[in-house]
Amino acid sequence: MTSKASATSPAKQLVLRVNGLTKAYRRRRLGWRSHEVIVAARNVVFEIGAGETLALVGRSGSGKSTVARCVAGLEKPDAGQISVSGAMIGELGGCDLRALRANFQMIFQDPGTSMNPRFTAAEVVAEPLVIQRIGDRSTRRARSLELMQEVGLAPSFADRKAAEFSGGQQQRLAIARALALKPKLLVLDEALSGLDLSTEAQIVNLLLDLQAAHSFAYLFISHDLALVARLADRIAFMAHGEIVEEGSIPSILEQPEHPEVRVLLASARTAQSTLAALGFAP
Amino acid sequence: MDPACESVVVVSNLSVTYQPEGGQPVHALDYATLAVQPGERVGIFGESGSGKSTLASAIMRLLPANAHYGSGSVQFQERNMLALSETELRRIRGAKIALIPQDPAQALNPVITIGDQISEVLRAHCRMTPDERRTRIEELLAEVGFDHPERIYGTYPHELSGGQRQRVVIAQAVACRPSLILADEPTSKLDASLQGEVLSLMRRLSEHHGIAFVLISHDPTVLAVFADRIAVMYAGRIVEEGSKEDTFRRPLHPYTQALISLSGRYLISGSRGTRLSAIEGEPPNLTTVERGCAFAPRCPDRMQTCSESYPRQTTRQTAHRVSCFKYDE
Repeated sequence: MTSKASATSPAKQLVLRVNGLTKAYRRRRLGWRSHEVIVAARNVVFEIGAGETLALVGRSGSGKSTVARCVAGLEKPDAGQISVSGAMIGELGGCDLRALRANFQMIFQDPGTSMNPRFTAAEVVAEPLVIQRIGDRSTRRARSLELMQEVGLAPSFADRKAAEFSGGQQQRLAIARALALKPKLLVLDEALSGLDLSTEAQIVNLLLDLQAAHSFAYLFISHDLALVARLADRIAFMAHGEIVEEGSIPSILEQPEHPEVRVLLASARTAQSTLAALGFAP
Repeated sequence: MDPACESVVVVSNLSVTYQPEGGQPVHALDYATLAVQPGERVGIFGESGSGKSTLASAIMRLLPANAHYGSGSVQFQERNMLALSETELRRIRGAKIALIPQDPAQALNPVITIGDQISEVLRAHCRMTPDERRTRIEELLAEVGFDHPERIYGTYPHELSGGQRQRVVIAQAVACRPSLILADEPTSKLDASLQGEVLSLMRRLSEHHGIAFVLISHDPTVLAVFADRIAVMYAGRIVEEGSKEDTFRRPLHPYTQALISLSGRYLISGSRGTRLSAIEGEPPNLTTVERGCAFAPRCPDRMQTCSESYPRQTTRQTAHRVSCFKYDE
């Protein structure tokens, strides 16, 4: 195990190891009494070391969210192993799985739908602590306020209902909640799409600051190569359920091999040159 | 010269307020003014809550029941949209003004075939025999880039990809050759390469048929590709308006300047770990009526007068307008 870890990221502990992950969905054909099988992920293999960011990139429908959902334990893979900090997710159940869950947290695209709108901000952030039975009411509240401060939300917001926050503030709350259990890995499934430019910039900076402070590992799922280049150490590119290319950011940006990678990169470069033609000065 | 004579649509001093149940009124549009010429492509640039979607819905009279029109008017081809009856509106919507929504998956009915859904638009507005209609639908599907329109005709939305569904919605929108199409973040759910395809398709249709477009987006790369003129919205007002070149190259309003400095984020050369420049502060709270400029609390060039009254609109060069005290003479 340790030798494998040093192979990818020297002197770093392995946080996530995904080996041969395969997941298929059965979809009923409309009007037919038959099913078709869609293989959303096929033999997916990757590793993430402590403090490292791996970007799982691909076009819509390439299977990246399926991998994220399997890693977060929201779906059961058909085959393959996922181990977080050395413990296999698939072999655990009940209490052991719940304990392991503290090590990895998920942040979704639409923060508004991932929290109870009637909860106050402090209650949203404290929920993982309640589930894991950590602390009493007052220590949990103190910890919530601390976490809110850490993600840039004033403690005076603590008793406001989650629904009253703006999209960017809700995403901050979702991040604070994810941090509550001091996880080793954060799975960010398109967590930045749909945000406004100004909010997005604030959240990107927050993610960078948090990683520098706590050396979290991020599994960052996105199709936005410009953001990926800022946030990630490595890219694993998915197409049709398989990882078709993997490597460091410079190697993929400079020498893309798979046609799908080239297509996405070409579009990102077009956007960039359109702006340059208009004299945008970064 | 009265701009209303030649414009497709003229929105003047339009204010819209939402009254949530048991909540405070939200001032979504505040004296918004915009004129669109025939065949012109106008981009509305703004962030969420700036009122850009409300503006589009207000033009089509599609606001929800809890919305109230305050001041102002909407003139569409010299008709006062705010005074029309539902029957008259039905004749305009879909035929003369069409809408391309953000999420095609929600705009299409999952249990009706693509052909029948486009047919619905034609049946409502154009006199045609069923055979003519079928031919027309296949032409439309070919026009939006389907290689085998006859195969797409009988499929259901779930059998198509996101990009294909957006093409179907575009075919629906252009079916009756409208003079104006309102597109609300039409590409924000698509990945970068599909986004480019959809934008060039819309641009081609606009040029071929002389359809004016109002495209709403928070993404400057989308507007840079598609629009000729840009209107920047903040807190329900249009704070700056001008040609694409003027607005993007020589932005006047501090908010536009800040937005443009944020677009360094689209450069793929940004190296790992470098922070992005950000606009500090939160988007404006629309439930309180501020006397001054809504951007003042976040503005680097804030002056005493900014929080006391709202700046008048100043015109710089030709048709580059800005509402900011920095340019007030």
